[in-house]
Amino acid sequence: MSEFREKVRAWLAENVPGDEELATAKRFQAALYDAGLAGITWPKEFGGQGLTSAEQQVFDQESARYDLPNSVFRIGMGMCGPTILDLGTPEQKARYIPPLLRGDEIWCQLFSEPGAGSDVASLQTRAVRDGDEWVVNGQKVWTTVAHLADFGALLARTDPDVPKHQGLTMFLIDMHDPAVTVRPLKDMTGRAPFNEVYFENLRLPADAVLGQVGQGWLAAVTMLGHERVSIGGFVRKRHDPLAHANLAETARRYGRDADPVVRAELAKLYAAERALALFNVRLRQEAEAGSPPGARGSVAKLAGAQLQQQAVAVAGLIAGPRATAWEPGDAAGEELALAINQTPSSSIAGGTDQIQRTIIGDRILGLPREPVVDRDVPFRELRVGTQRPA
Amino acid sequence: MQLVLDTEQQQLRSTVRKLLADHNNVRSVVDGDDAYDAALWRHLAELGLTGLVVPEELGGAGAGHVERAVVLEELGRALAPVPFFASAVLAVDALVALGDTQVLPALAAGEKIGALAVSPEWGPAPVSATERDGGWVLDGHAPFVISGDVADVFVVYSADGWFVAEDARRTPLTTLDPTRGQAKLEFAATPARRLDTADPAAVLEEVRDLASVALAAEQVGGIAKVLETTVEYAKVRVQFGRAIGSYQAVKHACADLYSTSERAESLLRHAAWAADHDREALPLAAATTQVFTGPAYFAAAASGLQLHGGIGYTWEHDAHLYYKRAKSCELLFGGHDEQLARLAGRLDGVS
Repeated sequence: MSEFREKVRAWLAENVPGDEELATAKRFQAALYDAGLAGITWPKEFGGQGLTSAEQQVFDQESARYDLPNSVFRIGMGMCGPTILDLGTPEQKARYIPPLLRGDEIWCQLFSEPGAGSDVASLQTRAVRDGDEWVVNGQKVWTTVAHLADFGALLARTDPDVPKHQGLTMFLIDMHDPAVTVRPLKDMTGRAPFNEVYFENLRLPADAVLGQVGQGWLAAVTMLGHERVSIGGFVRKRHDPLAHANLAETARRYGRDADPVVRAELAKLYAAERALALFNVRLRQEAEAGSPPGARGSVAKLAGAQLQQQAVAVAGLIAGPRATAWEPGDAAGEELALAINQTPSSSIAGGTDQIQRTIIGDRILGLPREPVVDRDVPFRELRVGTQRPA
Repeated sequence: MQLVLDTEQQQLRSTVRKLLADHNNVRSVVDGDDAYDAALWRHLAELGLTGLVVPEELGGAGAGHVERAVVLEELGRALAPVPFFASAVLAVDALVALGDTQVLPALAAGEKIGALAVSPEWGPAPVSATERDGGWVLDGHAPFVISGDVADVFVVYSADGWFVAEDARRTPLTTLDPTRGQAKLEFAATPARRLDTADPAAVLEEVRDLASVALAAEQVGGIAKVLETTVEYAKVRVQFGRAIGSYQAVKHACADLYSTSERAESLLRHAAWAADHDREALPLAAATTQVFTGPAYFAAAASGLQLHGGIGYTWEHDAHLYYKRAKSCELLFGGHDEQLARLAGRLDGVS
């Protein structure tokens, strides 16, 4: 039966008309790889270029002029790949990193659950050992690109008898396994970039563990650190309608560029945009000098979300009623509406603004933590509202 | 572009921070009769800091604006009541740009204190110059001259060009910021020396850009100090049986202070680097840093004061000194609207 499955799968993959965007993304990423421009700072032995952040910065500056079609690889490149490089075995690195860089394989990150968003460590997806294997049951949610992903980094509970942070393990899983079901979720923009993911007796080999059994929280924190830098550290792209330069151009087009209020708000926006961009350069230069950003990535994430909101406000000031309705096919109108509707996600995804502020307060400023009632209690005994029977 | 300090620059910072910890006496000016901290000024001069950016052949240290920014950050952190900004920034920068060789050595050595006389809007001061017996005399006044109450040398920008005078009738003003004096200067047939330059207005622009960077450095130091003292306080002050820093309302405000501090410092590092290594980028970088840092410092100082509660509103606590310094800095160069218009004008030129 499995031979037949392989045949069906191979034929379908070859013959069903593909998602053109996805095909383009893969072609582009492969071309980047062939040109020696993928994984610029990643180690050479796993397909990277082994260069410095200076080269990465040049690439970012130059590529910001274009709308690169490979954003589907963002989670793999920004979060999963770096975490595998940090914590993976040589075999895991050799297996997963080169195809990720070549654009052969897409990754997603399976953390959040319906009852575990900001409090990720209270998650309830279980992985139970069965001989040499693990058996996974449970559900994830808000999983970006899960519907396109080939692999996922899964955080699951492997020991409910210890406190919640201690009983977690991270696994690298095959998203095409029949025990994995992906259901698209529509977001407030009307698109479905994220999903619900269900696991029903998903069997994993022992070498699917990333890092150590029971050390999943460490792996998650490592990945979330990369995530914050990756989300917050974005360079505003030339084509981004909310980039200062494009909003200034929009103001000219609408004849609003001489309005002193518009000019003042654009100037403030430019200053905020530069402040964040230069902060990210500093983080990189510091990392290169030997001090990794750590929790300072939370500043980039938080400031990035605030910048997004500020830019939407300026866009609204410039566009006025034009932001409320537009003719069918008016690309500028569509873009602006999408930007307005996407803005709330920047303060939620990857940890809310409130969580980022708590991280900065606790880990950077060393302020006392809030009273915690569940840190030393075995997970099984927790009285949490979403606790489900094992 | 280099936005991270090197080892020598970090050492300079430690040296200045130590000096200020040992010698700064801001209350002698705020609560006492001193117009500035003369002992501290001498210490700064002995370390060669008063002539940091003055060329070596004129008695200075020949260092860069990145180094001067480091020193200014520390002075801003400590609210050091010395005329450094007026003398070692405004007057020195104008004289360096004008190629003066006569006054700079004394300013570099800290033997004399300089001040810059311009209009509050950074135009020509209402002063006229007349040529008489082969020399020049000045008539008129300059209304708000930073450290004009303690300066020995006045660098005057007028519609007739740039002049240096060593005499004026000065009226010390009562100031919002008690740590930095201002004075009204009056000239009446006051002898002056003309400093020739092809484009006097261009010199003023350059001085103003460098001053924006220097002021940003003071402000960044002030924000960092406000953050530090507020976080320390939030760790020890207990209410409802818990340190107040464990409450999200306080913790999150501290996190915002940190975010502001880090971003302001990033803009400053770039602007100071541009002053030394990329003069074409300086005008935009200088205007950008003031637009962000001016209001950011005031917001930080106000937030820091608020987070200290009642104690923050008392005269004994330094919180009000930062609050007053921050507002004064924000308004010094024509206020926030003027800063926004200046940046907007420069952005017209780029995009």
